[in-house]
Amino acid sequence: MSGAFTKSMARNIFYGGTTFFFLLFLALSFDTHSQLPKRDMRQNITPQVAEGKKLWEVNNCIGCHTLMGEGAYFAPELGNVIARYGDEGVKGFIKSRPKEGIPGRRSMPQFNFTDEQLDAIVAFLKHVNSINDANWPPNNQG
Amino acid sequence: MQFKSQAVAKPYFIAAIGLFVGQILFGLILGLQYVIGDFLFPAIPFNVARMVHTNLLIVWLLFGFMGGAYYMIPEESETELFSPKLALILFWTFLVAGALTIVGYLAVPYATLAELTGNNILETMGREFLEQPLPTKLGIVVVALGFLFNLTMTVLKGKKTAISLVLLIGLWGLAVFFLFSFYNPVNVVLDKFFWWWTVHLWVEGVWELILGSFLAFVLIKTTGVDREVIEKWLYVIVTLTLITGIIGTGHHYFWIGTPEYWQWWGSIFSALEPIPFFAMTVFAFNMVNRRRREHPNKAAVLWALGTGVMAFLGAGVWGFLHTLAPVNYYTHGTQITAAHGHMAFYGAYAMVNLMMISYAMPILRGRAANGNKSQVLEMWSFWLMTTAIVFITLFLTAAGILQVWLQRVSDAPLPFMVAQEKIALFYWMREWAGVIFLIGLIVYIASFFVGGDERETAK
Repeated sequence: MSGAFTKSMARNIFYGGTTFFFLLFLALSFDTHSQLPKRDMRQNITPQVAEGKKLWEVNNCIGCHTLMGEGAYFAPELGNVIARYGDEGVKGFIKSRPKEGIPGRRSMPQFNFTDEQLDAIVAFLKHVNSINDANWPPNNQG
Repeated sequence: MQFKSQAVAKPYFIAAIGLFVGQILFGLILGLQYVIGDFLFPAIPFNVARMVHTNLLIVWLLFGFMGGAYYMIPEESETELFSPKLALILFWTFLVAGALTIVGYLAVPYATLAELTGNNILETMGREFLEQPLPTKLGIVVVALGFLFNLTMTVLKGKKTAISLVLLIGLWGLAVFFLFSFYNPVNVVLDKFFWWWTVHLWVEGVWELILGSFLAFVLIKTTGVDREVIEKWLYVIVTLTLITGIIGTGHHYFWIGTPEYWQWWGSIFSALEPIPFFAMTVFAFNMVNRRRREHPNKAAVLWALGTGVMAFLGAGVWGFLHTLAPVNYYTHGTQITAAHGHMAFYGAYAMVNLMMISYAMPILRGRAANGNKSQVLEMWSFWLMTTAIVFITLFLTAAGILQVWLQRVSDAPLPFMVAQEKIALFYWMREWAGVIFLIGLIVYIASFFVGGDERETAK
């Protein structure tokens, strides 16, 4: 770097550039928030959906699965699992997991959910499935 | 050691290395669970092992950052640390909190842990990387604030260099953006939106300031190049980092319910994110080539060059591979992401901590550099771990490409688990590369215990 470009110039560009792009990021985030109500289907978030989200969290589902592509990559995407297996298919699968696993294979743990809890989980997953996420995933397999 | 209080860095470094070992052991368990699905099931299910693996990574990197900062700031500020005692109290607080958290993950089901630790008061758990129970999260805030108070007071009473200022901005940013981990709205789109304000703005934002500052410090010390030159480079690098990385957050806003314009903002700005990493590599090589002295610590210089190159490959190149929205549409949430994550974290953050430890630890142990035998072992460990991570990344990339093809692109897309079984060969190869990594890590630790008697005494 030539002598004309001094350290204090570099410092000023750092502070100025960072401030500018952070403010731009805030502006974009602000605009996103004004658009989200049309996309995130918040009007459909019932106490049951909220309960489902809580169950999703306190059982650390994201530790194996992805949801809208985010999470771990050990088990299938669940953002569209309702479209793949339907309400009853999802509940039946969760209920039927063997306690001691399946020899040699990956298996979901048996969580012993009540029927109400299963309904809440399905309500949450249904809600996620209804979010306008730019048509992701590419197909039904997730 | 120029200042007595720099010695507080030592326990931080030792804890960092210890937790690093734990992280790698759990990594091997996870790798095995990918191919032997019922390994350790149901005692340690995959999600628990993964939580331990990723949380140990975060915690050991934080220990490394704190140790590095405690070592560096007194020397940069040319004054003793404001309170060495506070630094030691916070060390034990953080270590005990961290250990209890890991024990909690392993000892009781996660739902029980959530129940026991007050998740009902404020629901913050169960989100990737932010799985820590509420008391641990609060503990992290307390430790971070105490740490920042200590450092800020030290800088205020001493000399204010560009290197310390950049470090302080990075560390304050780390603390501030962690606060978003307490915000967990019931609306999952908002939840995900702000989750990235912690996760992305950490690793592709403020952490890079910490990285740049550590690298600049070690380069000044080992090459003797003029501070003015190095600090100018540092400003340029962190500028490039933040002007690309902040809007680059948009590459996480493609498919989570956020507006489509993020596909443009995210693609363009994150495509520029490799530039600061490239600049870092050029910087490191340039400074070493222009060195005015031969520092006896060859291993530290090797780590400094290595972190530039591997951060560029892992974060820069492997990030770019899948960051453009039309590509990411197919690769999002596959083994491609895992491949990128492994090389990026190792190259940028594991290696920069190992560089700092490599430079500072001999001095903390009363010598300018380790003896020849020790340095040779350390360099062996560098090459073993680095080669292993390159192969882990290549195998996961191969697995990812096949997964994308089988599950998302081919005419007859296969279900997830069917595709997984077809690519198992690559998971096996990844696991063997992981074993090499562990051997490298054992060699690394061994390097601390050999050749301590033949002391290098060069200035």
